[in-house]
Amino acid sequence: MTAMKEIAVVAFSQSDCLARAGAANEVELIMPQLRAVFDQVGLNNAQDVDFVCSGSCDYLQGAAFAFVAGVDALGAVPPIKESHVEMDAAWALYECILKIRMGQAESALIYGFGKASSGELPTVLSQQLDPYYLAPLWVDTVSLAAMQARLLIEKGLASERAMAGVVARARKHAMANPHAQISGEVSVESLLAAGTVVSPLRESDCAPVADGASAMIVCTVDKARKWGVPYALISGIDHRIETHNLGMRDLTDSPSTRQAAAAAGVERGPVDVAELYAPFSHQEIILARALGLGDETVINPSGGVMAGNLMMASGLSRVGEVFRRIVSGDISRGVAHATSGPCLQHNLVAVLESA
Amino acid sequence: MSDETEAVTRIETPIYLHYNFTAGRAPARFLQRIRQGVLSGQRCPSCANVYIPPRGSCPACGVPTEEEVVLPDKGTVQSFTVVAIPIPNNPIKPPFVIANLVLDGANISFIHLMSECENSEVHIGQRVQAVWKPEAEWTYAMDNIRYFRPIDEPDVPVERIGKLPITGWGGEE
Repeated sequence: MTAMKEIAVVAFSQSDCLARAGAANEVELIMPQLRAVFDQVGLNNAQDVDFVCSGSCDYLQGAAFAFVAGVDALGAVPPIKESHVEMDAAWALYECILKIRMGQAESALIYGFGKASSGELPTVLSQQLDPYYLAPLWVDTVSLAAMQARLLIEKGLASERAMAGVVARARKHAMANPHAQISGEVSVESLLAAGTVVSPLRESDCAPVADGASAMIVCTVDKARKWGVPYALISGIDHRIETHNLGMRDLTDSPSTRQAAAAAGVERGPVDVAELYAPFSHQEIILARALGLGDETVINPSGGVMAGNLMMASGLSRVGEVFRRIVSGDISRGVAHATSGPCLQHNLVAVLESA
Repeated sequence: MSDETEAVTRIETPIYLHYNFTAGRAPARFLQRIRQGVLSGQRCPSCANVYIPPRGSCPACGVPTEEEVVLPDKGTVQSFTVVAIPIPNNPIKPPFVIANLVLDGANISFIHLMSECENSEVHIGQRVQAVWKPEAEWTYAMDNIRYFRPIDEPDVPVERIGKLPITGWGGEE
């Protein structure tokens, strides 16, 4: 068996997390992030990479094929090789890695974007449920997450206090994140003093939904050396999905995360940081357990999505946050996680290491 | 369980979702200007192409377009079709002409109606000008222009369509 081609991350940029991006359309949200990653490597535009893949969701905009407009940000004349996933851009990264490993590209641009403020997100996301039984009930994402949190608490695997602790730590970490929507010192007591919105979830347990975009450039190690830019290696990546039938899942666990972590090789070395895509506070507790993270790991040093949840870009940003810490020399190995679907249905785990 | 189970061949699950659609900064500027009866495009700082309506980027170069360019309401037929069948919910009675038009000074076309013309005489390269609604009816919409009508100017050769200066076309070579 030949060795898998190693993948280098060479650039990453993320927009501010804005509760409302105002008049800007998606192309206007994407372009500054693309410019930033091109500038980090010294590229002109998407003509200078071999492949492009984006992640977005047309339901956020409420328009069929809305993602096609994103191509206007690329400079696609003459034509480029371009693809799209109707998912978080972490899965666009996955597609790009496959493309490079198959030898069909040496470099790739990934971007994810969303303007969730256009619609009522929890209701919009109810339409990702199975179309026969659940979607017609309009079960929203917050209610489903609340059921999951309830199970977790009843089983003794979490408490409202522990969940508030997740939020307090995330907001404190987010003080060092210039793109955060919410940050600051807050006590567990003051978080617990607020009432629940969908019991047992408080508003603070739900990641603030944000408009924005993020972008990344990955390539082969040879290409990264040729470009002469600092890079981090993606040494493993895998994703697994659980059944759409919520009644058949153990919502207090995340076996898909555990399987993806094993396949990505999380346990092959120390985990300095873990950037986890947990849109609800209790989900970070589930994920940390599934990943087997201990005290030696700093969870969500960026504040995670509690600092701002960029729909369809937050997963890619988790990888980007680990990448930034590796190339700055702060850490040598970290784990990035992305999720999709209700109650952590679909999970991607990537391991990044210093070169 | 009964012997005969009726096959379920169809269920109806209507979806209603409400959105606050935002056109974007550049399209919003276009709409604000057309509210005032002004056709405003944007020029690419890289290739100098002028786009109307603008989307805020040059799709060819992948760069933001910032410079606004006010364009005249004269243009050229780049392509057209004669619609002969009634379209549901369309108040316009067939036959009518839908045309791809390029304004003078612009490099891409938009679609609008043509009228005050013999449908059989509409042709590529034909010169046209906007017929506007009365100012009191202007709103944030492209149908502030009722339609385009032919004007008495020489035809534009195919290779010059979409490449005319803002000053228009005098039939020069």
